[in-house]
Amino acid sequence: MIRKSLVIIGGGPAGMAAALGAVKGGLAPQEILILERDKRLGGILNQCIHNGFGLHTFKEELTGPEYAARYEAQIEEKQIPYKLETMVMSIREGEEKEIIAMNGREGILEIYAKAVILAMGCRERPRGALNIPGYRPAGIYSAGTAQYYVNMEGKLPGKEVVILGSGDIGLIMARRMTLEGAKVKAVAELMPYSGGLKRNIVQCLQDFDIPLLLSHTVVDIKGKERVEGVTIAQVDEKSVPIPGTEEFYPCDTLLLSCGLIPENELSLGCGVEISPVTGGPVVNECLETSKSGIFACGNVLHVHDLVDYVSGEALEAGERAAEYVLSEEDSGPGGQELTVCGENGVRYTVPSTINMNRMKETQTIRFRVGREFQGVKVSVYLEDTLLRSIPKKTMAPGEMEKVILLKKDLEGKEIQRIRITIEEA
Amino acid sequence: MEEKKELTCIGCPMGCQITVTLKDNMVTSVSGNTCKIGDTYAREEVTDPRRTVTSIMKVDGGELPVVSVKTKESIPKGLMFGVMEEIGAVKVNAPIAIGQILIENVAGTGVAVVATREIKEK
Ligand SMILES: Cc1cc2nc3c(=O)[nH]c(=O)nc-3n(C[C@H](O)[C@H](O)[C@H](O)COP(=O)(O)OP(=O)(O)OC[C@H]3O[C@@H](n4cnc5c(N)ncnc54)[C@H](O)[C@@H]3O)c2cc1C
Ligand code: SF4
Repeated sequence: MIRKSLVIIGGGPAGMAAALGAVKGGLAPQEILILERDKRLGGILNQCIHNGFGLHTFKEELTGPEYAARYEAQIEEKQIPYKLETMVMSIREGEEKEIIAMNGREGILEIYAKAVILAMGCRERPRGALNIPGYRPAGIYSAGTAQYYVNMEGKLPGKEVVILGSGDIGLIMARRMTLEGAKVKAVAELMPYSGGLKRNIVQCLQDFDIPLLLSHTVVDIKGKERVEGVTIAQVDEKSVPIPGTEEFYPCDTLLLSCGLIPENELSLGCGVEISPVTGGPVVNECLETSKSGIFACGNVLHVHDLVDYVSGEALEAGERAAEYVLSEEDSGPGGQELTVCGENGVRYTVPSTINMNRMKETQTIRFRVGREFQGVKVSVYLEDTLLRSIPKKTMAPGEMEKVILLKKDLEGKEIQRIRITIEEA
Repeated sequence: MEEKKELTCIGCPMGCQITVTLKDNMVTSVSGNTCKIGDTYAREEVTDPRRTVTSIMKVDGGELPVVSVKTKESIPKGLMFGVMEEIGAVKVNAPIAIGQILIENVAGTGVAVVATREIKEK
């Protein structure tokens, strides 16, 4: 049996930054334990060998492994304990949390902790959700799996490739496979716009003359043993394929890049409330879930596209978890509770509640919009009174947005709701 | 001779469509951009487009069969495949330190290829 103040589940960028945040918040390093199921720390960054990470945090462009290494070095320097190849099986909530984990060296581990931080990341949407009829021949991979093969094992999954979905991972893989000598025939995107960054559309597709077929989808896969080709058709505004627009693309590989979903089996198992919009836990201003002392950050909370934002959010979660551990009171904070609501195009907000007694001088509210906007403003209302508007040239579902609230603006106000909404500029 | 080139600015999510006019390979005008970033990007992109190449290199005796690498600086866009070919032809021995130079001057660009991760011995 192991007893710790704080257990962090997942050793990706979120888990590592959370641990550093907890030390910053006053916890002794040896009171913390990171549990990671992989052979190394770093999470998904290990396979993201392209550059573009860290511009916000380190003011230079790093590759995924380099970004992870910077954090790993800090974990080593502060001597924060971690266990690799250790899979967490379950969490039980309560005043003291019980974590059951397993590894090949020690067998089943029973760990008790005052606080837990969930940092399990996300996984790719499975292809079952894609609804493509026909056989399931070899040669169909999620873009992330293909990324693992190519970048970690040095194996090219195929020679002639079609990619379905134009999210960033799909775009990155189009370039990666092309550079390795494969022919990427097309990237098909169901929506009339790509969810990927402009930079990736230019540098991953246009640089190599790879066609991006917007409002298109794969309607048929040919091949019994191995993929021999796919049929792509145009779709109408309701995403229904338009008869007569089908075109056959011979290929031996189909990559699916159809979005990410937070990995929350463990959270569900211990009764944490999950938001139907983000697929991640509902949290308050401390990034604490509906279960006292269980915090969440990174992609397990809501899908991030920039790892810098993951690190920032996780640092906050770590500090708040340390505060929780070090505070003596166990009667809750008391005081005024405000609800944060996203309206008119704001799909969700993190956090969704703010307790005035625990609010710091500033509070970051992160959110995403549900569609593209041009020439608008983000307005913050306290009930029906406008607090502030921030003009925005463009907003897109692919970009995480934030507003920062000041405590002095909220103090002493008789309000229950803070509304964040998109308005015509 | 006058020539027009169309490109998409990558400076921000606006993605302005920019038109660059060139006369005898000299930029005479840039239009369609909303801000200065777009102007600078467009001039560079039409006269000397450069990219950082990231890839992997085969490793002998390491904890992983490959090591991730990058060109230390950006290289001319047209040389991307030449750089890839040279990276693909080299095999290195573990251990490898992060930042270690694995090719001094890749494809005659004067730019080094460096490891982006540590590889321990198996
Ligand atoms: C395939 C893929 C490619 C991506 N590419 C990019 C990109 O190019 N650029 C970018 O900015 N973002 C990218 N992302 C988003 C990226 O995930 C985030 O930027 C960032 O890595 C998220 O950090 P995290 O720590 O929340 O999650 P992760 O990096 O996923 O780390 C979560 C960690 O938790 C561990 N874990 C999960 N469950 C358990 C358990 N039960 N027990 C123990 N350990 C567990 C996992 O092994 C993993 O190491 C990508 C995501 C995916 C899935
Ligand atoms: S020109 Fe300016 S506004 Fe337009 S995409 Fe480039 S950086 Fe953005």
